[in-house]
Amino acid sequence: MKIGVCIKQVPAKDAPLAIVEGGAWIRESDIGFETNEPDSFALEEALRLKEKHGGEVVAISMGPERAKQTLKEALAKGAERGIHIFDPEFFKLDPLTSARSFAAAIQSENFDLILTGLQSDDQGFGQTGVLLAELLGRPHATIIMAIEVSGSALKLKRELEAGWFQWVEVPLPLVLTIQSGINKPRYATLKGIMAAKKKEITTLDRAALGISDRRTQQIQRIYVPQKSKKTEFITGSPKEAAAKLIEKLRHEARVL
Amino acid sequence: MKILLITEQREAKWNRVSFETLAAARQIAKQTQGTLGGAVIGKGVATLADDLAGYAMDEVLLIEHDLLGQYTPDGFSIALRQVIESTQPDLVLLPHTYQVRDFAPKLAASLGKGMIGDCIGYRHENGNLIFVRQMFQGRTAADVVFTGEPPWFASFQAGAFRADSARSASGKAPIKSVSVDLRAEQIRTKPLELFREAKQAVDLTQAPVLVSVGRGIKGPENIPMAEKLAKLMGGEVSASRPICDEGWLPMDRQIGSSGQTVMPKLYLALGISGAIQHVVGMKGARTIAAVNKDQNAPIFEVADYGVVGDLFEIVPAMIEELEKGTAS
Repeated sequence: MKIGVCIKQVPAKDAPLAIVEGGAWIRESDIGFETNEPDSFALEEALRLKEKHGGEVVAISMGPERAKQTLKEALAKGAERGIHIFDPEFFKLDPLTSARSFAAAIQSENFDLILTGLQSDDQGFGQTGVLLAELLGRPHATIIMAIEVSGSALKLKRELEAGWFQWVEVPLPLVLTIQSGINKPRYATLKGIMAAKKKEITTLDRAALGISDRRTQQIQRIYVPQKSKKTEFITGSPKEAAAKLIEKLRHEARVL
Repeated sequence: MKILLITEQREAKWNRVSFETLAAARQIAKQTQGTLGGAVIGKGVATLADDLAGYAMDEVLLIEHDLLGQYTPDGFSIALRQVIESTQPDLVLLPHTYQVRDFAPKLAASLGKGMIGDCIGYRHENGNLIFVRQMFQGRTAADVVFTGEPPWFASFQAGAFRADSARSASGKAPIKSVSVDLRAEQIRTKPLELFREAKQAVDLTQAPVLVSVGRGIKGPENIPMAEKLAKLMGGEVSASRPICDEGWLPMDRQIGSSGQTVMPKLYLALGISGAIQHVVGMKGARTIAAVNKDQNAPIFEVADYGVVGDLFEIVPAMIEELEKGTAS
């Protein structure tokens, strides 16, 4: 099975975020980046499918130069090749233009299966996988918790809301978005890291893909949200803070 | 502005989030001096269309077909695309459910349009609609506007609006049956068994107090500390999704969009950053207290009381304080 997995590099979970003047994006200098966690689960699922059924895993990422690091990590974990769709201003793209860029970049790969995470932890549009399927004329299924290969189709366990699940069967080729927690993503081994040095990353300039720049939506401004509630912060030593909190919960909120 | 609300049902039962989106849709229709239509899609859902018609709207579209009895992304997007092409709304609003996430971007793209998904609100300023959504897991908000020609698509997060219960005093809206052309071979997904995983061992919705743990709890060896605190407070432990994914607590203790929605008297969040998928499940709590080492954690946006600090110092001190109380 030839599998493509779309992964993104996002600010590290504990990175302090500062917004650039004008609110177009965050200040990228001085913060760390990591592979978008939901995409790690998609990559792991792709590697497991390859190990079980044979084939190839190609990791695809869009972003500035730094996105290459995420591809290198995917190669170190076991992906065969990487495709970097280079765009330093990827954050200006709407979900549809992002998906069109991925579609244009990977059309000729003819993947049997394309996996991606449920959503990104930065912009969180949560649309790329579904849009990619539509643009490539393929079926899709989202929020996948289990994958079983059944001839020329996949049997998939979808998570619905409120504890419900559903099995669906979808013919290959198709696109899936993977639910976080489906597996335990592996760590790269030293051997994997060494092997990755010989693996190829192809860079495509997004601007040269011939995608129309007509956007459907535009982010006007990113900002720190106004609090909907007034939080009373309790200060002091841990012991004092604990005592004050209990006191407030007992006598002010009256919930203990 | 002509607005079309697409409601959600399963087995002829409403997904109640539809009525929250209805509240937003009605408000936008009023502000833009527009009209509001509501769509009910499925099979054997005429009673729902009749119910919806009572909610003071201009018309209700009933979209029924044998192939819409079970949800499939192909069936729903093909049918709704035809409805949108024939009725030509300017703005299509949907509740941001798992099902909507599955088909709405596809539906919009099939018309060459975009969707602003997972909105928490909107503003109507100088004749323009500005949609507000969260980014960076709730640590920032963003104002987003549509740039192309309508129809525009937007979905509202659960809890973004108070459900609309305003039934019309002046009779029911007309119900229009819309027929759609749908063939079995167009539907590539074969829906199979629908089921619930293992029976819920604990009903968190009944607990007066929930002590909830997130990534900040660091490891399974620290769960008993939270359990002890919960017991002293007369409550139960619950968790954010990653904790249950790791298997540190069973799945039935998960709070959030993929777990349970709770409204306890007290919700104490320990080491939970407050990603929106979690917050939608607990923001209805009467009192929310949070302990987190990051003072910018989004959990503090919904918290009544906040302690910025190390939970491994604060929780033992709370336990000590509560034990002191019971001993005296």
